[in-house]
Amino acid sequence: MKTLIFRTIAPALTAIMVVFSIFVLLRGHNEPGGGFIGGLIAASAIAIYGIAAGVANVRKALYFDPISLAGFGVFIAGFSGLLSLGQSVPFLTGLWASMQLGQAEITVSTPMMFDIGVYFAVVGTISAVALALEEEDDGGSK
Amino acid sequence: MATQTGTHTELDLPQAMLETATAVSEWNLILPVVIALMAGALLAMIRHSRGSQFGFSVLAVLVILVIEIDLFWQVLETGPVVMTMGNWLPPFGISFAADIMSASFALAASFVTLIVLVYFQAEIVPREVRHGFYPLVMLLLAGVTGAFLTGDLFNLYVWFEVMLISSFGLLIIGGRKVQLDGAVKYGFLNFLATTFFLVGLGYMYGLTGTLNMADIALLAPSAPVAPMTAVAAIFLLAFSMKAAAFPVNAWLPASYHTPDAAVSALFGGLLTKVGVYVLLRIMIALMPASRELFDPILTTIAVITLITAPMGAIAQTNLRRAIGFLVIGGIGAVFAGMAIASLRSVAGATFYAFHSMLTMTALYLVAGLIERVTQAKDTKQMGGIYAANSPISIMFLILVFAAAGLPPFLGFWPKLLITHGAIAQADWLLVFAVLFNSLLTSIAGTRLWAHIFWRPGREGAHSEIPNDHLRKLNPTESRMALGSTMVLVGVIVVLGLWPNLLFESAGMAAGQLLQPQLYIEAFGLQGFSPDILSTGGAS
Repeated sequence: MKTLIFRTIAPALTAIMVVFSIFVLLRGHNEPGGGFIGGLIAASAIAIYGIAAGVANVRKALYFDPISLAGFGVFIAGFSGLLSLGQSVPFLTGLWASMQLGQAEITVSTPMMFDIGVYFAVVGTISAVALALEEEDDGGSK
Repeated sequence: MATQTGTHTELDLPQAMLETATAVSEWNLILPVVIALMAGALLAMIRHSRGSQFGFSVLAVLVILVIEIDLFWQVLETGPVVMTMGNWLPPFGISFAADIMSASFALAASFVTLIVLVYFQAEIVPREVRHGFYPLVMLLLAGVTGAFLTGDLFNLYVWFEVMLISSFGLLIIGGRKVQLDGAVKYGFLNFLATTFFLVGLGYMYGLTGTLNMADIALLAPSAPVAPMTAVAAIFLLAFSMKAAAFPVNAWLPASYHTPDAAVSALFGGLLTKVGVYVLLRIMIALMPASRELFDPILTTIAVITLITAPMGAIAQTNLRRAIGFLVIGGIGAVFAGMAIASLRSVAGATFYAFHSMLTMTALYLVAGLIERVTQAKDTKQMGGIYAANSPISIMFLILVFAAAGLPPFLGFWPKLLITHGAIAQADWLLVFAVLFNSLLTSIAGTRLWAHIFWRPGREGAHSEIPNDHLRKLNPTESRMALGSTMVLVGVIVVLGLWPNLLFESAGMAAGQLLQPQLYIEAFGLQGFSPDILSTGGAS
C-alpha cells in the first residue's frame, strides 16, 4: 500500500502490537489472554507490516520461515509435556518452579511453556497464510 | 493408576485430582503420539535440509514402533491401560486408553508408515520434500495413532482433524490437476462427515454430560433412549462416511488413485480403518443398545457394500481405482461382523480391519510398482509383466488372494470368524454376502492379474505382441520400493500361515469390546455414580 501515513505508522504499530502480544501471552495464565490470542495479535502485526512494507521485507525481518516458527511452537508445547516424564506424574501435568529476584518472586511453569508453544504455533501458521495471501496481491511476485 | 484416595473430603468437595503415582513405563501409551507430533514439528522446522529428513523420520517411526510393541505386550498381559493427562480425575481430564484393539491397530499403523517411508525413496521428487512430505506423514501418523489411543470423544475429534489436514496436504502435494480434483471430493465429503461428528458430540454432551468413553459406556444405559439413538445414528452416518461404507463411499475411488502410489498406500491402509475403529468402539462398546436397534441398517449396509464394491472393482480399468473398490469391500466385511455382534464376529471384524491395514497398503504399493514397470495407469495399457518381473506378479496374486479371503492367506481367518458367527446366528443373508464377496473379489483380482501379467501385450491389436513399453526397475527402485513391499508381503504371508497370536488377541479384543468392564475399570470409573454429576459440585 502506498499511502505515506500508513507506511510511516506501520513499523511503530507493528512494534507496539508485538510487545502487546507478549504481554497478553504472559498475562494469560490467570487472566483473559494467553498464547492463542497473543499469537493472533502478533500475526496481525506481521500482516500489517506486510501490507505496508511488502512481503519480501517481512520475510527478511522475520529471519525464520513462518512454518518453521509454527513447528517450533508445536515442538516446545510437546516438550513442556515431556518434562513431567520421570516425575511420577502423567503427560502434561503442570510443574512449577519459583525463584526470588530481589523483591519479586518469579514463577516459571510448564503450562506457561505450553502457552508459549501455542503462541509460536499460531504466529507461524497465521502469518504464513497472511503472507501467502499478500504475495498473491503483489501479483505473485515470487 | 486405578485407585483414588479421597484426601479432599474434609473440604466437602468432590475429589478433582488423581493422586496415584505414574510409572515411567505407563508413558508408552502417550509417547507414540507425542514423538510423532514432535518429530513432525521438528521436520517442519528443518524441511529445507533435505538430507536429514528421511533418516530422521525413519528413526522416529522406529522408536514409535518399538514403544507400541511394548504397549501391545503390556495390554495383552495386564489388560487395558489408561493415562489421564495432567492427573485430573478421568471424566474431566482427557484420558488416553489402550485395549488390545487400539494397541494392535496403532502397531499396524506405525509399521505400515515405516514401510511406506522406505518405499517413497523410489518415487521421491525434491519438490515434494520441500513442500513438507515428511512432516505431513509424521503428523498423519500422529493423528491416526492419537485416534486409536484416545479415550475421549472430543479428543478423538481433534485427532481426526490432525489426520484430515495432513491428508489434504499429502493428497495435493504433487500439484497435478487430477490431484486437486480428487482432493476437492475427498475434502468436501470428509468435512461433511467431521461436521456430523461434531454435531453428534454436542448432543452426546448435552445428554450425558460427559465425553469420556468409559463414562459414556457407564451412563448410556440410563440416558433417554430416543435421543441416544439419534446420536448413535449421527455417529453411524459420520463414521460410515469416514470408513467409506455404502452409500457414502463415492469419495474414495474418486480420490485415492490420484496421489503418488506411496501416499495412496498410506491412505488405503490407515484412513478408512480409523473410521472402522471408531464405529466398532462406539457401536459395540459404548452404545450397544442403539446398535441393536440399528441391526437391520447395519446388515443392509454390510450386504450392499460387500457385493457392490468388488463389482466396482471388476468394472474398473484404472488399476489403483480398482484397488480402491477392494478397500471398500473390506469395510463391508467389518460391518457384517458389527451387525452380528457375537464374540466370534466382532473378533473377526477387528481381525479383518488389522488384516486390511496391511493388505491394502501392500496392494497399493504393488500397484505403484506395476505402474512404474509398465509406465501406464490403466490396465488396458499394461500386459506382459509376468515374464518381465515375476516377484511383482507373485506378490500381486498373494495379495489378491489375501484380500478375497482364500486360505491360507491372512484374509481367510477373519472371514472365517465372521462367517462362523453369522452361521451361528442363522443370518444366512450375511453368510451369502460374505462368501459372494470373496467370489467377486477373486474374480476382480484374477481379472486384473490376467490383464496385467498374463496377457503378453497391451489390449486390442497388440495383445499378442510382447509389450514394448515395459522398462526395468532401476537400482533404487528395486532396493527401496521392491524391497520394502517384499518385507510387507512377507509379514502378511507369515501372519497368514501362523495366525495363532492374531486369533488369540482378536478374541480378547472382542471380549473387551463386548464387555467393557475392564476398560471402564482401568479408567478408575467403576462405581462412579452418575449423581455426582447431577449434584454439580464437581466442576
